[in-house]
Amino acid sequence: MIEFRKEFFANERDDNLNEIGKPTRRQDILGHVTGRSPYFDDHLFEGLLHIRCVRSPHHHARIRRIDISAAEKMPGVVRVLLGNDVPLNLNTLLSLLDFGLDDEPVLSETKVAYKGEPVAAIIAESEAQARAAVKMVKVEWEVLPHVLDVEDALKPGAPVVCDVYPTNKFIYHGKFDHQKLRYGDVEEAFARADHIVEGRYQMSPIEQAPMETCGAIAAPEVNDRYVCFTSTQGLFFSLGTAAKLLTMPSSRLHFVGGTVGGGFGGKVDSMHEPLAILGAMLTGRPCKYAWDREEEMQVGAPRGAERWYIKDGVARDGRILARKFTGYFDSGAYTRLSSYAIIKGVGHLPGPYTIPNVYADVFCVYTNRTPATAMRGFGITGVDFAIEAHMDKVAETVGMNPIGLRILNSYRDGDMKAHRRLAKNCALVECCQVVAEKGGVALSQESRSATSLTGGGGERARLPARTATDQNGAVSGFRGGNYARKGGGASGPQPAAMPVAAAVPAYASSQQRPAAPAYQPSATAPPAAPAPAAETARHGALRFSSLSGFRRR
Amino acid sequence: MAMHRGRGFASINYPIGMNLGGDPSQALVHSNPDGKFTVALSSIDLGQGMKSVTRQIAAETLGIPVADVYVDTADSDTGPHCMGSFASRGTHRVGNAVIQAAQEARAVMLEAAAEELEVDPADLVTDGHGNIHVKGAPSRSITTMAACQAAQFKQGRTVSGRGIFLIPLSEVDPDTGEMTPVSCFAHAAMLVEVEVDDETGEVSVLDMQSAYELGRALNPKLVEQQLIGGAWMGMSHVLWETTEPYYPDRSHGPVDFNHYLMPGPGDLAPHHISVLERPAPDGPFGGKGPGEMCANPVLPAVANAVYDAVGVRIDELPITPEKVLRGIRANGGARPKMRLARTR
Repeated sequence: MIEFRKEFFANERDDNLNEIGKPTRRQDILGHVTGRSPYFDDHLFEGLLHIRCVRSPHHHARIRRIDISAAEKMPGVVRVLLGNDVPLNLNTLLSLLDFGLDDEPVLSETKVAYKGEPVAAIIAESEAQARAAVKMVKVEWEVLPHVLDVEDALKPGAPVVCDVYPTNKFIYHGKFDHQKLRYGDVEEAFARADHIVEGRYQMSPIEQAPMETCGAIAAPEVNDRYVCFTSTQGLFFSLGTAAKLLTMPSSRLHFVGGTVGGGFGGKVDSMHEPLAILGAMLTGRPCKYAWDREEEMQVGAPRGAERWYIKDGVARDGRILARKFTGYFDSGAYTRLSSYAIIKGVGHLPGPYTIPNVYADVFCVYTNRTPATAMRGFGITGVDFAIEAHMDKVAETVGMNPIGLRILNSYRDGDMKAHRRLAKNCALVECCQVVAEKGGVALSQESRSATSLTGGGGERARLPARTATDQNGAVSGFRGGNYARKGGGASGPQPAAMPVAAAVPAYASSQQRPAAPAYQPSATAPPAAPAPAAETARHGALRFSSLSGFRRR
Repeated sequence: MAMHRGRGFASINYPIGMNLGGDPSQALVHSNPDGKFTVALSSIDLGQGMKSVTRQIAAETLGIPVADVYVDTADSDTGPHCMGSFASRGTHRVGNAVIQAAQEARAVMLEAAAEELEVDPADLVTDGHGNIHVKGAPSRSITTMAACQAAQFKQGRTVSGRGIFLIPLSEVDPDTGEMTPVSCFAHAAMLVEVEVDDETGEVSVLDMQSAYELGRALNPKLVEQQLIGGAWMGMSHVLWETTEPYYPDRSHGPVDFNHYLMPGPGDLAPHHISVLERPAPDGPFGGKGPGEMCANPVLPAVANAVYDAVGVRIDELPITPEKVLRGIRANGGARPKMRLARTR
């Protein structure tokens, strides 16, 4: 059952539009319900070849030798691919955003860091023949010690999962081994809080579970080009990744997609397109590379596990004075997109509440498991579970109605957030009130009369008088560089002008910050250049390697 | 042995679009010979309705019926760049690009109509049904088809438009985390009622009461399907799903849908949804993006409801019967809390 509560925020909308707001039937519904919409797997070319990968049976092992001689003689086998067949056999997905170091091979040549990591690819006339030949590839493994728990991976002497990041931690901005959030002084606030509430939360790894598994079909096209039909969630993202790994001008690639059988975040990793195109290049024939359900579930990157520790300092009346997070994202063996999700998660803290002191250290940790990637709510779902389970404990500790506690602490229009931007367009209070009313939960008069439009700003718009900063986790040997440096300055969209905004200093008073040489106050940063990040994403491979946001010296 | 009921609450907000920005999308719009319009994109329709929502946005902006618009996506030879369909960015980013492209095309269409009607284009309005007429004088009109044909076959104009939407990339301060993550947020609150069997540890979701604020609901049916499906996914995340049931141990990983557990039709709870619409100042017609956030409140709400029902805090997902039973035993029995009892 669904109802549209048009009475809320009615004066902010014009509800008399011709097409917007109408329950128009989908453009593609006829094709979908009659089973005629073409998906990538419907492009079954005459003479299509099938690619299956030889995968590591170990969590962590060195590759001593790969013997493909028996596999090559198997019926139907057209070609066996190894790492040295891939023109550029090292990538990190976010090199397209100029973020992170290349760390992951297409086909591993020296070692594997998770069970299921591909080391060779069989191209055969049929899928069954490819599967049979996979079994005939003989790999001599030297099994290495492995680590599966994020906190174990950070202990001294833990096995090094990925040589590019020898401490098993992603490096942020070339400067720290974690992403920091510092707003006010949580320790000072804990000391004067009436209650301290602590918790530990574990988000589990989860499969995106699309009906259509990930895959691509590539074929030689006329005029020395290759066409690639793909299930990708980002057409030019996958095209750019393929152009980079195949060291091929992007103009020689023709990608077709757009109708996908569910994605949920699991179809951005661009694992299939480069290998399918490489197969088409080396055999001159159409090639299909797709996961079966087992690969989709155990080799395809899941939503990664996250572990969160939360500590709150709470006043007797239920106001949260300080909140401290320590987070560990389990990235698995390679980075993929976890490093990005952490910055997103940090920008989201401390949840939809106005808390005057917030602190977070969040680590992107490498372990010997399937690399993690995006999934619906990436960077947010796990920490929201932690925050809201924790809010329930806070409510119990102070003896408050759990909905009343949320409304009391909710952010309102004009409040300063922990990432130092003003809140606007808020609506949490109203959502809480509607649910309380529907669920028959009695709220106090104060909770009932609260709104997102009122009660914010003023004192609540001020940055903390003092922010405690530190150099914990500083690293050396990495060149500086911000996630955003290549993309221009800091003049992202600012919150809409509000009466209080003008009174707010541009930054926490600088005299209270310890010297941080690399820091550039946003107010003095140069204005943004127009969209260079997008430019880099559309050009060929050669430019990528020289554009990494930070490099080892 | 007994069944225990409990209720749990959670509220969340959700950032719309890629964190820090820097994620452009483009659109091209043009009129075909008979005044129908094609919108060329490279955005991906995952089933969420990308093609349909951009089609409505184009029709609204052009001032023509939705039936006169077709969205063509995604062919890299014909569709301009789009970052992709993820991070709740599709409606917000692509929608804005389509508005810009459609506005440019509409301006040409109105200029062409003005030339045919011998009036000032500023005096013309569209009626949304395929006609252009002089403001206040509906009889002085021309069809959008005639205007587009005049433009292309008589006046020598292309009725076309280009659009891009980009929020420039924000810096992140390494020392404080200062950043501009996104430009708008969606919101949700959720009250869940569960029943816990203290003999088997099984948890059943009996009822979900929710409120979602997601900017303007551009297509209420598409919103409804997202919210219903998303809440199902949240319920599945909290009580059933994982690729590693004994994480961080990697054993017993499921390899098919017989072992990868998810709720079936019989496990679904009635879901009473209220939609609130506070338009995002920079969203297309105020739209935000309901796709991702709708799952999030369900996870903690169910965990909190289990605690309310039997007094067991389970802070490691998923909440399996095994964990519930172990918790009840550790407490020496179920300890209902009933902190969110219905008062009326």
